[in-house]
Amino acid sequence: MTFDVAFAWSILPSLLKGLAVTFQVVVLGFVAALCLGLTLAVLRHAGRGPVPALTRAYVMFISHTPLLVQLFFLYFVLPQIGLRFSAMTTGILGLGLYFGAYIAEAWRGAIEDIHYGQWEAARALDLPPLATWIRIILPQTVKPMLPVLGNYLIGMFKETPLLAMITIPELFQITKQIADLTYNYNETYTLLGLLFLLISVPSSLLFQYLEKRSHGKSRVA
Amino acid sequence: MRRLKNNTRKGNGLNAVMSFETAWFIAQTLAKGAVVTLEITVLAALLALPLGFAVALLRVSPWRVTRLLSTVYVEFLRGTSALVQLFYLFFVFPPLFGVVLSPMETGVIGLGVNFSAYASEIIRSALINIDRGQRDAVLALDFPPMEAFRRVLLPQVMPLMLPPLGILLIELLKSTSLVYTITLMDLTFAGHNIITSVGYQTTTWTVVLLCYFMLAWPLSRMVKRYERHLTRHRTARGQA
Repeated sequence: MTFDVAFAWSILPSLLKGLAVTFQVVVLGFVAALCLGLTLAVLRHAGRGPVPALTRAYVMFISHTPLLVQLFFLYFVLPQIGLRFSAMTTGILGLGLYFGAYIAEAWRGAIEDIHYGQWEAARALDLPPLATWIRIILPQTVKPMLPVLGNYLIGMFKETPLLAMITIPELFQITKQIADLTYNYNETYTLLGLLFLLISVPSSLLFQYLEKRSHGKSRVA
Repeated sequence: MRRLKNNTRKGNGLNAVMSFETAWFIAQTLAKGAVVTLEITVLAALLALPLGFAVALLRVSPWRVTRLLSTVYVEFLRGTSALVQLFYLFFVFPPLFGVVLSPMETGVIGLGVNFSAYASEIIRSALINIDRGQRDAVLALDFPPMEAFRRVLLPQVMPLMLPPLGILLIELLKSTSLVYTITLMDLTFAGHNIITSVGYQTTTWTVVLLCYFMLAWPLSRMVKRYERHLTRHRTARGQA
């Protein structure tokens, strides 16, 4: 059982470069997912005709199929219908479409949890629908949504290794290349796992802390 | 039916219409892939459930050491990505420990252990939701521990943990697409296989997505029905 520390140290800069790409994809993908999720959740409530049913079908389909296959679909099929994106853009789009569905579902729940008196009050005060959404309803969903969004952010980070399968040079792809080139599987993948732990454990603890604080006193087991 | 499709193939020179042989090849490859996908899902679930249960019991146990160890287990598995764990198991473990696992064993153990962490969290939160009084009552009535667990506590935690465990099973089914990276011939691998041998990118990926959907959808329906069954009972009592 050997672990070449010098080698691990020497590949760290390359891995950190990959990590930077990972962060970039996660941030942009998350912004896309937020926009899509919010739009879908609002449309589910306020849309007319077939719109709510369509948003529901979208969420259903996306959440019942693997992200990996969705990425392959976007990566291989979009160019065939004339939409040529870089691998990066495809990856961001894929993460956005996938997590957008999950965020939409959570946000819908948050909207439904708002007391109906709020809607009635807005109506009684003759607020236009847009103002009701922007100034009454949505601000009240922010607090319950924050821990959920935090979990999805970490979840998205942990799904990024899949992007290596569509050739994005993120952390996992870089690690895999080094491992296949040098046959030092132990050092490379151990370092990769450590980097993942280093980021996801503190951030998950942070979100747990924030969630507990926002709930007041935590429930005693 | 077979002859009819064969005739259409002969009848036109356009390659827009799939020949019967091609369609048959695609259907066969996908069916084989779906079987492997289901096989891994079931086996990994059979590993994840008891393991998750054991870890959950350790996490609510009165001993600090087992609580700490099981927490580390859960945080470690949830903190690193499932794909990273699969690769670790596939590439690092064999030379390190001299254990050679087949791709199938790697997939089942990797996903099973990974999902046991998520399952243990569900089971743990169900366990700590049981009213303190129930445990006290069981003690007061001098139930043997196993009997108490089986006849008093378990029936109460079931409704709490079955729906989220069902959803976790769907997530597991979706995650099995990862095993294609360690050379297992599952549904995702079948998609690649079809494309390299006969093409039809758009059709193939659409059909693969639909296959996963058709495998996951019934599970999700079952969870919904079970939940409705539970809440119906609750609302009926609420109205009374």
